[in-house]
Amino acid sequence: MKAWLRLHGMAFGATLGRLAHTPFATLLNVLVIGIALALPAGAYALLMNLQQAARGVSGDPELSVFMALDAKKDEVAAIGPRLKAEALVARVEFKPREAALEDLKKNPAMGDVLVALNQNPLPDAYVVRLKSNDGDALEKLAAGIRGWPKVESVQIDSAWVRRVAAAIDLGRMAVLVLAGLLSFALLAVTFNTIRLQILTQREEIEVSKLLGATDSTIRRPFYYYGALLGLLGGGAAGLIVYAALQFMNRGVAEFSRLYASDFRLEFLPAGDLGAILAFAAILGWMGAWLSVTRHLREFEPR
Amino acid sequence: MIEFSAVHKRYPGGYEALKNVSFSVAEGELVFLLGHSGAGKSTLLKLIPLIERVNSGSVIVGGQNVSKMRPQAIPFLRRNVGQIFQDQKLLYDRSVFDNVMLPLNVTGVHPRDGARRARAALDKVGLLPREKSNPIALSGGEQQRLAIARAIVNRPSILIADEPTANLDAGYAAEIIDLFAAFSQVGVTALIATHDANAVARAAAKVKTRTIELRAGELVAGAPA
Repeated sequence: MKAWLRLHGMAFGATLGRLAHTPFATLLNVLVIGIALALPAGAYALLMNLQQAARGVSGDPELSVFMALDAKKDEVAAIGPRLKAEALVARVEFKPREAALEDLKKNPAMGDVLVALNQNPLPDAYVVRLKSNDGDALEKLAAGIRGWPKVESVQIDSAWVRRVAAAIDLGRMAVLVLAGLLSFALLAVTFNTIRLQILTQREEIEVSKLLGATDSTIRRPFYYYGALLGLLGGGAAGLIVYAALQFMNRGVAEFSRLYASDFRLEFLPAGDLGAILAFAAILGWMGAWLSVTRHLREFEPR
Repeated sequence: MIEFSAVHKRYPGGYEALKNVSFSVAEGELVFLLGHSGAGKSTLLKLIPLIERVNSGSVIVGGQNVSKMRPQAIPFLRRNVGQIFQDQKLLYDRSVFDNVMLPLNVTGVHPRDGARRARAALDKVGLLPREKSNPIALSGGEQQRLAIARAIVNRPSILIADEPTANLDAGYAAEIIDLFAAFSQVGVTALIATHDANAVARAAAKVKTRTIELRAGELVAGAPA
């Protein structure tokens, strides 16, 4: 066990030495991987921010249920408990037509118009907070409520938020596709780098095999190299995304000020950044594995 | 310690390198394998650490039938067989010391313990003062001694050497043969392929030796021990 751990330690040390021994080549490889990963990581960060912004404008989805103008008080009151009994409904707030009129009167632009009217044109209404953002379920619920007695109309107030959410979901899928495609770039970079290393160390590998090195002893430093290269590339991607967001924040700050908002683009949460680093390291390891498996077979000492 | 029984070795293309070879080497014996170039000496030596495999017959090393050994077990066999190659196979991108450390590094020996053993091996072959040199800066005899130090650093019970005195002048060749004689005296089993009759005579004058001879892949003299 001690020897096994020592072999790992020695392989890791040798890998660090190899990375440091060729700083320029290492830097170029890290940059290529970093840029390839920065594209999906940056797009993901933007989507997260967009989602956050959409949430900030409107929280949970709502339904507005407008009663018919000729609905009697008991007919209006009967709707409240029925709404509360629905599984998707989180909270129900009754908005009497008189209160709605008073609110409207507070709007200076509407004041004159309302004075000219003989009677209150506004209906009694229920504002319903919902538990789910599931578009189909909400449409089904709204359609059901529309059929209830003395219900004039039902409006899904957060429909646009759901459209944004749908767009974000679409964007997320695009990011996944992009990440998948660019992962191949990372695999290819690691594969080729390891291939070159194997070729330059051909003599050492052959002699080591003759002297009793196991396949895993020979493969191990290459795996560490691939994983470290991926990890450093992931770190570079994080830095690139951070720098890009900071740069974009200058423009975002100006734009937000116009809407009296202090919205700023936020960097990726620590968990997501960790996931990107782990993903990059695993891809680097895979590239190394493919390369070592493909090329070491050719190196049987004679 | 080493036992060949009816060994046949044929290379792809049909060339028959060894034909029905049988012999054995007892523990602690120093055996010279004689023969001209192309007689099959190198092929025979390669069958012991499984660099090549037999087509038929069996090779037993330290009680193990290596002809049937699984590929995963080969590294562990090679750790117990010190090999000195005709072309030495030294690495010229590192120091003399690091060349000797290589067999210890691949087996996971603690670096401190490894360094002690590597220096002891270098001392044994008289190269300790050159430990920091690059092998390229060594003479032919010193390079051969370095190859021997690397072969013995893992304290193998068997040593095989392929033409260890080839391309060396008489003085250097004598130094190398003296080293093998010294190893034999401490119980190491050694099988040395050579066509240098002087080397054999020098060793025979110091320790008990035996010779076997190959001609065109067949054993013609000194068969079973």
